[in-house]
Formats: sequence, C-alpha cells, structure tokens
Amino acid sequence: MASLQLCNVHKRYGAGQPDTLKNIELKIDSGEFLILVGPSGCGKSTLMNSIAGLEDITGGQILVDGQDVSGMSPKDRDIAMVFQSYALYPTMNVRDNIAFGLKMRKVAQEKIDEEVARVAKLLQIEHLLMRKPSQLSGGQQQRVAMGRALARRPKIYLFDEPLSNLDAKLRVEMRTEIKLMHQRLKTTTVYVTHDQIEAMTLGDKVAVMKDGIVQQFGTPHEIYNDPANQFVASFIGSPPMNFVPLRTRLHDGQCFGLLESATGVAGQARCELALGEAAELEGRELLLGVRPEQIQLAGADSTLPSLTAEVEVVEPTGPDTLVFVSLNDTKVCCRVAPDAAPQAGARLQLQFDPARVLLFDAASGERLRPGKRQATERKVAQLKRG
Amino acid sequence: MTSVVGHKPLSLGRVAIHATLLLACAVYLVPLLVMLLTSFKTPDDIRAGNLLSLPEVFSLIGWIKAWDSVGGYFWNSVKITVPAVLISTLLGALNGYVLSMWRFRGSQLFFGLLLFGCFLPFQVILLPASFTLGKLGLADTTAGLVLVHVVYGLAFTTLFFRNFYVSIPDALVRAARLDGAGFFTIFGRILLPMSVPTIMVCLIWQFTQIWNDFLFGVVFASGDSQPITVALNNLVNTSTGAKQYNVDMAAAMIAGLPTLVVYVLAGKYFLRGLTAGAVKG
Repeated sequence: MASLQLCNVHKRYGAGQPDTLKNIELKIDSGEFLILVGPSGCGKSTLMNSIAGLEDITGGQILVDGQDVSGMSPKDRDIAMVFQSYALYPTMNVRDNIAFGLKMRKVAQEKIDEEVARVAKLLQIEHLLMRKPSQLSGGQQQRVAMGRALARRPKIYLFDEPLSNLDAKLRVEMRTEIKLMHQRLKTTTVYVTHDQIEAMTLGDKVAVMKDGIVQQFGTPHEIYNDPANQFVASFIGSPPMNFVPLRTRLHDGQCFGLLESATGVAGQARCELALGEAAELEGRELLLGVRPEQIQLAGADSTLPSLTAEVEVVEPTGPDTLVFVSLNDTKVCCRVAPDAAPQAGARLQLQFDPARVLLFDAASGERLRPGKRQATERKVAQLKRG
Repeated sequence: MTSVVGHKPLSLGRVAIHATLLLACAVYLVPLLVMLLTSFKTPDDIRAGNLLSLPEVFSLIGWIKAWDSVGGYFWNSVKITVPAVLISTLLGALNGYVLSMWRFRGSQLFFGLLLFGCFLPFQVILLPASFTLGKLGLADTTAGLVLVHVVYGLAFTTLFFRNFYVSIPDALVRAARLDGAGFFTIFGRILLPMSVPTIMVCLIWQFTQIWNDFLFGVVFASGDSQPITVALNNLVNTSTGAKQYNVDMAAAMIAGLPTLVVYVLAGKYFLRGLTAGAVKG
C-alpha cells in the first residue's frame, strides 16, 4: 500500500477552455480511504482519471509514496480501477478477466492461479469463474470488477462510482461490503461518488468538489459538522441543511438574528439568536444554516431561544418523521421522533441552540465565524479556574 | 406444434401479400433457373426446346468446357480476392480502432476525408491508379490489383469498424490500459474478439465487391492474370464460331458461385453485423 499526495494539480482541456481542475491539494496516508464527492461536472472523475494516468494533467504533481508519477503511463503507476460500467472484457470468462492484468505483467501461471483463487474466495465468486460477463447479474459483475482490481495487489485502488448501476438494496449491501473489504485489507483507496451517504459512510477523508475546486477536505465528521461554506453544507446531509435568511438587530456590540414564524400568535411567534460580534456581521445579508435534527421540540425548562410555529407538512420516513414549518417565509425541515410527531396544522414549540447553528454570507455562500462572547467568557472562566 | 400465431384466417389481404411475394420471388429466381437448365443442356437441345424446358439428357459438357476456358482465371480471382479481402478487413479494423479509441488531433477530419472514398466512382481513380502502379512497378500484376482493391476497400471497412467500435464504451480500453495492455494487445485480445459480426460484414462486403469487380480487372490486369469476370466477358463476347449458350451459362454460374456460397454461409452474420450497435444489448 502507498500514500497518495496531490500537489497543486491543475487541468485544462485546451487553450481558451475553462479550468477543469484548479490547484487541487490532497493528501492521504497509506491505507486511508479518500472520497471525492460532488455534483456532475465538478471534475471528480477527471481528477480520478488523472491519478490513474488516463488523462494528463497540465500542472502540479501526483505523488505515490513520495514519487512523482504524473509523467508515467497508466500501466507503470501500479494503480487499479473499478469502473462505473464495470468494463469487464466481454469475450473472456470471469477467470480470464481477473487474470488478464497478471498475464500482462508476465506473472507465472501458478502464481496467477493462486491469486485468482484467493480473490474468488474473498469475493465469493468461485462458482462463477467459468462464466462470461453477460451471464452475470449486476452485483456479480460488480464483484468481478473488484476482483480484477484486487488480483493485482496494486499500490492504490480507484473506484469510479462503482455502485451507481446497482439497485437500491444491492447498493447498500455492496457499500457495506466495500467498507468491510477495506477494513480487512487496509488498501489505499480513492472513491468517486455523487452520493453523499456513500461519502459519509465509507470515507476516512472526504474531499467535496465543485467547479474543479476542492471546497473542503476533511474527515466526514468535520465535513458534516463544520462545513467550510454553504455549498458543502447543502451538499452533505439528507434531508439537506435548512438555510433561513435572517434579519438582524444590533445591541450592545452584539448581533442578534430574528426568526419569525407565520402563526400570528402574539409574543411567541418570534425569537432572537445571539450570533456574535456585530463588527464582523454588519452590512451583510445573512443565512442561518441549521440541520433538521438541530431543531428540537422545546422542553418546559429549556433556556434556549424558542418559538411557536405551525406545522405545514408531516412526512413520516420510518426511523424519524420530517416536519415542515415556515420561518422567515422559508420552508424549514425539522426531524422529530416518530412518537412525538404532530399532525399537520398543529402548533409546535421549537428551540434552537445558538452554539450549533451556522452562519453564511447570503451573497458569497462563505461561512461566517463571528467571535462569540460566550466563547470568550468560557475562556475567561477556564483561566480563572486554572 | 400448434401455435396460436400460426392460425390466422386466410383473408383476401393475406392472399394478395403472399401472391405478390411469390411473384417477386419468381422474378428473381427464373433467370437463375434458366441459367441452370441451359448449362446442363447440349447445344442441339437448346436450339430444339424453349428456355424453361427441362434438358433431354443432363449433360456436363457445358460445365467441363466452361471450366477449361475460365478455370485458370477462377484461380486468378481467388488469388486477388482472398489477400485483398483479408488485408483490407484487417487494416480497416485497425483504422477503426484508432479512429474511435485513440482519437488524435484532426482524427475527425481524417475520418471525414476517408469517408469520401466511399463516394468516389471507380472511373475517377483509373488514371491516377495506373500511374501509381506503373511507378511502383506493379502494373499488370496480381499484387497491383490487390493493392488497388485494398486501397479502395479501406474506406468501407474503416467505416464499418469505426462505427462498431464507437458503440463500445471507452472504459473497456481504459481498464485494459490500467491492466498493462498496450496498443496492439488491446486490439488483438479484447476488441478483435468482440468484432466477429463486423468482421463478417466486412468479409462479405469486400468479397462481393472484389470478386464481382470488372472494371479494375479489365484495366489493371492483362492476359493470364485477369480475373474471372474479365475472362467470362471475353468468353461470352467471342464472335467466332457458333454461340455455345450452355458453356456461357455454366461459366457465368462458376463466376457467380463463390459469392453465393459466402452469402449462404455467412448471411446471418451479415444481418446481425449491419444492425450491431443499433440496439444496446
């Protein structure tokens, strides 16, 4: 296994064309699982092809174990890839498909047989070895494609949206299997997907891409809880994060955001959230970012800001129920436990934790991190204790 | 087996359809029948009976005489056709592979220009081709004729293979490249085995074109190296002596048989190949 580092990787398809990849900086250690995720056309597949050597980069370096491979041909990079369409050789049976890469590398026949047997056992496809790809189901083809990659024991594995041709049930099964396989074999893996659940569940590291730029690179936990901008916040998470435009009020150097529901219940239909130092937020259009599970039903003794809102739509999903209300004339999704689920038209008391909500600049989508008085107070308290 | 589909009521429309089909069939088959019957008759028999009468005695004399006069040229045709078909098919496959899988700058333009070859009438290239053959020292040789047929056929074979390979996903070639296969290995081990229907189309198409060619044969070959089509023409058009229709017909059958055999043997591939890529499957 090997580490992979991308330094300032740049790609443009021709003079006058827009940049397909811009200054990509990524690094994963040996045995780590990197997810490249983003909407169609964000450059994630181009980046993967560049790592494989199927496309040339116009700038930067691709380092495998510290060695620059960007000038090498694909076969010399010792990288294996699983394609979205599986790309099994249709005229060869499963055994020959798996053995092809080894034959090309002039591995001895006994060694090839040994490897094929090992891989077939690992993927439970021993009974399929003599079949042609056209006689296999989608899931079986998927296994063979993985087997072909595994047989070579390459330095790095690339997966190009490997699950998107499978039906929903099989996709979940194979996802778990890929994860299990990675835990067992500890292979350095780069995995391209547009599915944010795959990104969250599989990756050690996730790179969220858009327009050829890495928007954020971090662990799934960081990406989910501490998104770098509005795009990352909206792309990861299902149902997606709510973005509510905020009117603000300044008081005592602090900025407060106003939330208002359309119920018309006087006195309870609005609340204020302390956002932070006014200086940093003044003169900006603000968006409040709050995930559905971060809006809670207010308990009686709660000290958090809360308001009353009318339920417009209720969507039970099974494990939890999605409730939609209107705040500041924007539809907002809240995730509540099914047994606490209200009926449409009911009034709910909702509470927000100002420490967990996020702020974005409405114009640029940039994440705003205003200094918070609470934080400073806490530090002071710690200092006093220390 | 009784099938539900087979028992449709015999309506007037269906009778009309079948009658039309039978008539069309007859129009196509009667000349063949006349040729076959005449080739087995003796000259006296031909003068006595009408075109469609059965021969009084089945005589092979026409076939024997025909083979005596055109048999040598039959082998000339084989020597021209077999290499020309094989070379043009192989080169067409290679061209199609490069034009679909290894696009280079200007490859689309290159392909467009190559397609012009499909629309060039034979007559246009006669003079330049004979000039070129003369310069190469291949004038009036079998090799020269093979070269002309290969060059002329490349436009078609390239088109067939290119259109087939375009329908094959790029990922296949990419996978093979990552597996360590080179340019020719990918072609020989992966793409060519997939191309059987297209190869069949090319073989039939090229075989028919080259075997039946008359113009190139009459212009670029002379004397003993002429193909059978030219020999047949010479035989039928001889103005000395009495017309031996049985020999003419037998010689024409000999000249036409190989294409017929190729169609019968590989016809199903021809249809399959022509529709290959039309439906994803």
